[in-house]
Amino acid sequence: MRIPILKLHNYLLISIQIDLDDQTAIQFQEDLLSKIHQSGATGVVIDLTSVDIIDSFIAKVLGDVVTMSDLMGAKVVLTGIQPAVAMTLIDLGIHMQDVRTALDLEQGLIKLRQELEE
Amino acid sequence: MDFQSCVNIQKEWDIVGARQLGRDRAKSIGFGTVDQARIATAISELARNIYLYAGTGKICFETIDEMSQKGIRIIATDNGPGIRDISQVMEDGYSTSGGLGAGLPGVKRLMDQFDIVSNPGKGTEIKTIKWLR
Repeated sequence: MRIPILKLHNYLLISIQIDLDDQTAIQFQEDLLSKIHQSGATGVVIDLTSVDIIDSFIAKVLGDVVTMSDLMGAKVVLTGIQPAVAMTLIDLGIHMQDVRTALDLEQGLIKLRQELEE
Repeated sequence: MDFQSCVNIQKEWDIVGARQLGRDRAKSIGFGTVDQARIATAISELARNIYLYAGTGKICFETIDEMSQKGIRIIATDNGPGIRDISQVMEDGYSTSGGLGAGLPGVKRLMDQFDIVSNPGKGTEIKTIKWLR
């Protein structure tokens, strides 16, 4: 399964709407990095509104893709993390402190624009 | 105690299957969305451990319906290499697979009761319970 990555001006938008299995998550990591490379995008929003489980593996993949994108020069914001997911992540001991987050897609885009215009 | 249902863990996709089944069971017992997420995440961690370290195994779910309380019991069993030093794998951040090392200590925090029995060379059984409040 492939997660669609949409380009909007110099941003990439991703909405994850499936229950992520490990292979799909790894594939997404690769797809996003090559899309950043191809498009020269400077900002990425990954919307997790429809994701109701993030376990330690998926958290690692997401955290890694944020760091990898940063290395390539694109800033990533994770948006729409649900209350239950946030609580579960903290129970797991995963804090994702270096990751930019925002309440929803709109806030995420505002945050990116502010950071990129600085 | 109510009926038991099991999921065999043989391929990666079974991790997703197990947590979906567990979530459905938790929902039917009456757990709210946050506890459903906790239970499903715990199952995901247990199933991934089986897949990564033992190759194959199974995860079983039981509804606990006693006089005083209701809950869900999850039993993860495998015939893998076993765990030599259990206190080490229960430490946050300990991992031999390059993961976050959040798995087992995380499961313990997500659930209410946690028991692990492991025989090196024979396999591991983890029993864990979440009570409905």
